[in-house]
Amino acid sequence: MVSASGSYYLPHKAKWPIIGSLGLFTFMIGFSMKVLGFGGGGFLLILGLLIVLGMMVGWFGEVIHESVARLYNEQVDRSFRWGMIWFIASEVMFFAGFFGALFYIRMYAVPWLGGEGTTGVGQFTHLLWPDYAPEWPTNGPAHVGGKFEPMEAWGIPALNTLILLSSGATVTWAHWGLLQNNRDQFIKGLIFTIALGVTFVLLQAYEYYHAYTEMGLTLGAGVYGSTFFMLTGFHGMHVTIGAIFLTVVLLRAMRGHFDPEHHFAFEGAAWYWHFVDVVWLGLFIFVYWL
Amino acid sequence: MSLHLIRLLLAVVLSLQALAAQADYRLNIPVGPTETSRAIYDFHMYAIWVCVAIGIVVFGVMFYSIIHFRKSKHPVPAGFHENTVLEIVWTVIPVLILVGLAVPATKALIRIEDTSGAEMTIKVTAYQWKWHYEYPEEGIQFFSSLDEASDRARQLGSDLAPEKVANYLLEVDHPLVVPINKRIRFLITSADVIHAWWVPAFGWKKDAIPGYVNAGWVTIEKPGIYRGQCTELCGRDHAYMPIVVKAVTEEEYKSWVAQWKQRQETLEE
Amino acid sequence: MATVAEHGEHHESSPPKGWLRWVTTTNHKDIGTLYLTFALIMFFVGGAMALVIRAELYKPGLQLVDPHFFNQMVTLHALIMVFGAVMPAFAGFANWMIPPMIGAPDMALPRLNNWSFWLLPFAALLLSSTLFMDGGAVAAGWTLYPPLVLQTGNALPFTIFSVHLLGLSSILASINIIVTIFNLRAPGMTMMKMPMFCWTWLITAFLLIMVMPVLAGAVTMLLTDKYFQTSFFNPAGGGDPVLFQHLFWFFGHPEVYIIILPAFGIISHVIPTFARKPLFGKNSMVYATAVIGFLSFIVWSHHQYTVGMPVPAELYFMYSTMLIAVPTGVKVFNWLATMWKGSLTFETPMLNALGFLILFVIGGFTGIMMSQVPADLYYHDNYFIVAHFHYTLVGGGVFAIFAGIYYWLPKWTGIMYDERLGKLHFWLSFLGFNVLFFPQHFLGLAGMPRRIPDYALQFTEFNQISTVGAFIFGFAQLLLVYVVYQAIRGVGERVNSEVWEGAKSHGLEWNLPSPMPYHHSFEGIDIQKAIACE
Ligand SMILES: [Cu+2]
Ligand SMILES: [Cu+2]
Repeated sequence: MVSASGSYYLPHKAKWPIIGSLGLFTFMIGFSMKVLGFGGGGFLLILGLLIVLGMMVGWFGEVIHESVARLYNEQVDRSFRWGMIWFIASEVMFFAGFFGALFYIRMYAVPWLGGEGTTGVGQFTHLLWPDYAPEWPTNGPAHVGGKFEPMEAWGIPALNTLILLSSGATVTWAHWGLLQNNRDQFIKGLIFTIALGVTFVLLQAYEYYHAYTEMGLTLGAGVYGSTFFMLTGFHGMHVTIGAIFLTVVLLRAMRGHFDPEHHFAFEGAAWYWHFVDVVWLGLFIFVYWL
Repeated sequence: MSLHLIRLLLAVVLSLQALAAQADYRLNIPVGPTETSRAIYDFHMYAIWVCVAIGIVVFGVMFYSIIHFRKSKHPVPAGFHENTVLEIVWTVIPVLILVGLAVPATKALIRIEDTSGAEMTIKVTAYQWKWHYEYPEEGIQFFSSLDEASDRARQLGSDLAPEKVANYLLEVDHPLVVPINKRIRFLITSADVIHAWWVPAFGWKKDAIPGYVNAGWVTIEKPGIYRGQCTELCGRDHAYMPIVVKAVTEEEYKSWVAQWKQRQETLEE
Repeated sequence: MATVAEHGEHHESSPPKGWLRWVTTTNHKDIGTLYLTFALIMFFVGGAMALVIRAELYKPGLQLVDPHFFNQMVTLHALIMVFGAVMPAFAGFANWMIPPMIGAPDMALPRLNNWSFWLLPFAALLLSSTLFMDGGAVAAGWTLYPPLVLQTGNALPFTIFSVHLLGLSSILASINIIVTIFNLRAPGMTMMKMPMFCWTWLITAFLLIMVMPVLAGAVTMLLTDKYFQTSFFNPAGGGDPVLFQHLFWFFGHPEVYIIILPAFGIISHVIPTFARKPLFGKNSMVYATAVIGFLSFIVWSHHQYTVGMPVPAELYFMYSTMLIAVPTGVKVFNWLATMWKGSLTFETPMLNALGFLILFVIGGFTGIMMSQVPADLYYHDNYFIVAHFHYTLVGGGVFAIFAGIYYWLPKWTGIMYDERLGKLHFWLSFLGFNVLFFPQHFLGLAGMPRRIPDYALQFTEFNQISTVGAFIFGFAQLLLVYVVYQAIRGVGERVNSEVWEGAKSHGLEWNLPSPMPYHHSFEGIDIQKAIACE
């Protein structure tokens, strides 16, 4: 708990939050205008994103500055750690929602549409869709989006699994390096991790390209396409964010930041990385494999 | 304040009891002409009395404290702040009460949801904002929408007062006609958004969900006209898609079917 | 041994001047004030919408608004009251009171704290601007069920993003509260010694972190279904509109506890203070809160008994829902036992707490009735449920907020509010509330569906009574504004640090001067001694 003599740093005059709100606000208005087909939407969307980006650079910059100036005691460090843990918990739940949707569709919605049920809507729904045989993958009784080929698990996805798992190992290796004050190992570990992450994203992009151009597998390909792209897409976005996070840590490390005692930013990035790793395992099993 | 509350409770209880005497408005669930309706009514009353009984104890203790432990009467507060036995007792007793509710509820539910053994089927399809009824065995189907008088009176700034319209908002152009004493299965679905098909006199309601088929059943024991409304927000005219079920004897039903068939045929020609 | 806070730039003890103070503040008291002010404004905005609804329902036939506008009012009233008024009000209390209750210098992450508030006005702006868009605001009810919600005009993406902002704000605020409670308690303030308000908020914060992201995901699926050709809720593509309901209620059921648990917390402070007795069964209160929090995750489909779930699922959700009555009962019994053999006085906070207790228990009874599937097949989506959730969320949530305001206002301002007007506000609210919502039970039982702008003639009388009550309740709130405004202006008697007789033994916060100093609440206070005193 509180160290008896410790002093808890309290910042004043926070200007970045309101800028962040303005950025998100602009982004959201732009996005809405874009999907509604209004001119100028795209511009506002990008402007908003840039403001948010600027906010993050500014906000984190301020925090890094204070951290380097040793304004943070152990208790502040612990606050950051708890904060990061609960932030990741909320991210886990975000994915849980999409996984929940996937399970519901596979275990209930699709079988019910095909008449597999003894009580409730499962009993009579097939009267509406007499020709529909429930199976997975599916684009539904009306074959929304036309013919498509499902994604095969044992090609790129399996390779990507290997890549992400090994990146989990390299980031841990980097952590060991840092703890032993072995800067070289620390920095090398980070570089390997980022490189693996980037490879993953590139392979994923190739897979999407392939799906869209050759397999007929799009976001519009019924529930299979919807769940496939939304789950893997949000995951890919998180890998990208994690890789950027790690890159910032790497740049700081090369400037001599962090020591075996003070390295919250690195640990936060590593936790985040492990989190995207675990989500990927779920994806590989339930989206690609089974 | 205690009097206020006791009066309130009394009013509830009395008004529930006195509902039979009320002509214009009701205070309680109707006892309809079906087994399900009676089961729901009985269960509802049972649940109310359980709650009233608990309420008398809880509010009794509360008002006793308010009256007798006010500072002017009881200036020195006691210091106790736990009692394990008591706490266990008031954890266990509610569990027992809940079991007492769950058993009849389970029995009633299983009976209500048993959709087997239907003697005839009616397919109900909801539209924004009307109902479509289909009798697959008879080859009859038609739309049922809000009647003209109600539709005129319901307009913003209408010159026709709702009070002047018989069965305002509860009348349709073509009611659903069904025979009594037959186990009828309703298959309920929707063509656009989610609606819900509900006739209070039958007790249950079921959502009409596009792409899926829900089911419910009735065996109506008494001829009569039973009215209901869409009960799931379905857009602008959600309030204006009533349900009217006309339950008639087997013979009347047969002649109605014959009439409709003839009408459909002439329309097709 | 008090925690000494170190500050970035200067060591002023008075707040900076000008409007920028409020935009850039990192002070938990300022942010608490911002939250409460925002909540009050939204309470009136949402309330005005409720009065539009009730005015239209005064008579059968349409007199004032078009049905589509009526549906927009129904939708926005709920969204604004839940996300704009009640939740921010409790967040305001959390900001003001959690640090002084646990002996912390401020919230753990002050910049983030600023952000969680300053997301809200933008969310409110996005949401309310939709009223003026082509097609009007969302009119599908606050539950946003597809496919109906997908018929919304231009408002849809704005509304969805507004929900995202609201969710982000709640998540950030929750993270801050959890971290503050875990990490910033003064030495000696053990978890089991921690006051109930902190406990209930801690569990609320867990709930928020667990469910807000699921809501965000669900509305994102709405967005992609509408604009990016996905089929989550489209049966033709293998989806199911009811899937949205499951996702929504996975959020929505815990949401009602998110509203009611902090209310429980406030009541658990007010009743002991005015009974002049320690809270009965503090430990079991903590466990009951945790159990309620846990159960709230596994009962969501009791909002969907009519969608045609398999019977075993209906039974499961019925049984698990009924279980909630047990820990909730424990809470009520503990409050009663706290009053038992106490020495009660009835100042405005206590009146509101008792009002809470009466109304919440009535709401609890109808809750038990509605947990029963067979009966709910009748109650579902009629006015019975409208009466029920207003008894729990207004009778429970809002009356607890009133109790909290009157209880802590003297601590915040150093001024005792006008007790006579406070009591008048309570009695008018209590009376207005019951006239407003009690008849709605009858309307529901008689068969009046909810969310309709017009009704059959047999529902007239009770609707008229209800509307009269609505206007009494609504206008009574102007008194609240006046009373609070006077206290903030400094009109009234000064109070000492204890404020309420014997309050010192009920919490650390009553050892601090009234008003609490802007910075360094605990300067010169022996926290250890104060904790030991309790
Ligand atoms: Cu409808
Ligand atoms: Cu619920």
